[in-house]
Amino acid sequence: MSLDISFIGILIGSIMASSVPLILAASGELITERSGVLNLGVEGMMIIGAISGFALMVITDNLFIAVVGSMLSGVIISIIFGFLTQSLLTNHVATGLALTIFGIGLSAMLGKNFVGIPGKEFPILFSSLRESIPFFGPILFGHSIVLYFAFALPFLTNYFLKKTKLGLVVRAVGDSPVSASNQGINVILVRYCCILYGGAMCGLAGAYLSLIYTPQWIENMTAGRGWIALALVVFATWSPIKVLIGALIFGGITILQLHMQAIGFRIPVQFLSALPYLMTIIVLVVISRDSRKIKLNTPTSLGRIFYKEK
Amino acid sequence: MYKNFFRYLISAIFLLGFSVNSNADFKVGFVYVGPTGDHGWTFQHHEGRNAVEAAGIKTTFVESVPEGADAERVIRQLAQSGHDLIFTTSFGYMDPTNKVAKDFPNVKFEHATGYKREHSNVSTYSARFYEGRTLLGHIAGKMTKTNTIGYIASFPIPEVIRGINAMTLAAQKVNPNIKTKIVWVFTWYDPGKEAEAAQALIDQGADVIMQHTDSTAPVQTAEKAGVWSFGQASDMQRFAPKSILTSIIDDWAPYYVERAIAARDGTWKQQDTWHGLNEGMVAMGPYNSAMGADLVKEVEQLQKDLASGKVHSFTGPIYDQKGNILVAEGKVADDGMLAGMSVYVKGVEGDIPK
Repeated sequence: MSLDISFIGILIGSIMASSVPLILAASGELITERSGVLNLGVEGMMIIGAISGFALMVITDNLFIAVVGSMLSGVIISIIFGFLTQSLLTNHVATGLALTIFGIGLSAMLGKNFVGIPGKEFPILFSSLRESIPFFGPILFGHSIVLYFAFALPFLTNYFLKKTKLGLVVRAVGDSPVSASNQGINVILVRYCCILYGGAMCGLAGAYLSLIYTPQWIENMTAGRGWIALALVVFATWSPIKVLIGALIFGGITILQLHMQAIGFRIPVQFLSALPYLMTIIVLVVISRDSRKIKLNTPTSLGRIFYKEK
Repeated sequence: MYKNFFRYLISAIFLLGFSVNSNADFKVGFVYVGPTGDHGWTFQHHEGRNAVEAAGIKTTFVESVPEGADAERVIRQLAQSGHDLIFTTSFGYMDPTNKVAKDFPNVKFEHATGYKREHSNVSTYSARFYEGRTLLGHIAGKMTKTNTIGYIASFPIPEVIRGINAMTLAAQKVNPNIKTKIVWVFTWYDPGKEAEAAQALIDQGADVIMQHTDSTAPVQTAEKAGVWSFGQASDMQRFAPKSILTSIIDDWAPYYVERAIAARDGTWKQQDTWHGLNEGMVAMGPYNSAMGADLVKEVEQLQKDLASGKVHSFTGPIYDQKGNILVAEGKVADDGMLAGMSVYVKGVEGDIPK
């Protein structure tokens, strides 16, 4: 392996690109969970976003419509989840699982006519700077707009939860829906909004895969990334910045282990393949040892059904 | 997992519907391990089914059937609902196929890539994909500038190892300095991971990328990076028109049509089929003109010789990584050895994951 500085820059750039879907989906799910709703349908919403984005790109030939449409499709499918869990008071876990099964099946059906169509090139920003600046060029420049958004998102989420009134409302609803309700907060409405927002981010994460990362539609192309995003939220103890760190470590080790194989490191390949999962959990557990902070961040009423007595 | 269950449920409902009015005519059933839209393995089996349908024979199929208990239920369901011939198209269907075959002696079964024929109504069939890999190796050895070939491997089974070996032997023959770098991804199908593996190999100096996984992500990554690549299982040229030198294509259609007609006409007999370039079960996609006319001519000749049997992919002397002789000079590897291949030949770097 040529360990020169520009190669490391390229490597970091590709690690960032691979962690984008995890950051987006996990940040969205984080808000949903902070409002006390456990939506296990992340994978299903992502795959619906992936097919909607790709289909809209093929039909309209407009990437902007495709990206926005993928977010809308995530919103639409999460409305189903919201209606079932918030209005009909169904169990969060069962409904979320059903949403994933439904999403994967529906996307396969919708996608029948879009298999085998090559994708379109997604515009990248500052591509000239990428080439001209060694090391920092490939890290900072030459990415799609979605990547920049994804990397800003955890900080925006952090600010939203900690510094804004609305963020406080979301946290209150997640911690104690009864007290929040007594304060005059419409708990169901807040939870609906958080569910729809989570759906939009998952839809965007899916579209990143089908429009930017591997521009094509293939059935089941999210390949379990939704579940990893879900796990990241928990291991990051519901902290947006730790979600970002976790996603980067996961993406980083995934890519590094492929490089280690290519170089010919004599480490059992199965161990290398398990390394991303292992390292991500270890690092997140180590950096999240402050139990006071965990208590502060954990939505106490996560997954519990709330209904207002009339 | 849940996806499969969901699909199975729907398929089962459909099958139930079919089973009502079925007894009279001849019908063929297909069981697929993946979705028909995978654009690889299952896609090609589905093309075979379409050919049977085009030959005027009624067919049904069930897709995304997990290997294991579900498979037996689906195969049994097909047998019960009046199917006369059933193709089970994945290695893991081997035992369920034989089990069901025992209970339905009048139904014919065809199992892909397996070796168990416990009852007289079970046949097995597979394709000699390694012959295609030999052609890929020859081309790769000639086209590489960095003398490094990147290989994205799925699971350490004989089928995959055979491909790596066949490719490496052919590449060494035209270019003794060749190095084969292998990355195991432990999946048949994860576009994101396959793309990352391709990128890692390219970053490590490979300028020819080969895959034994099913998605088109690696060839697209190669196209973007400006290196050469090869399509897998079906013709992937339109995904990477500049990068793809050729594709190995699985063509099950002639075999499926032949066997379906034989079963209909009562001439079906148990057999074990392992067809290659000669019979057309393995076919090559169009050769990229970037290879140059001379190389294309050379490869076409080699393709003819492999088909006629004049050249064999595994002709001795062949050594393993430690230098022990595997196939003596002047001999060729027999089918038993090919079917159980579990060591790398000399010149492949690294160890096979156990």
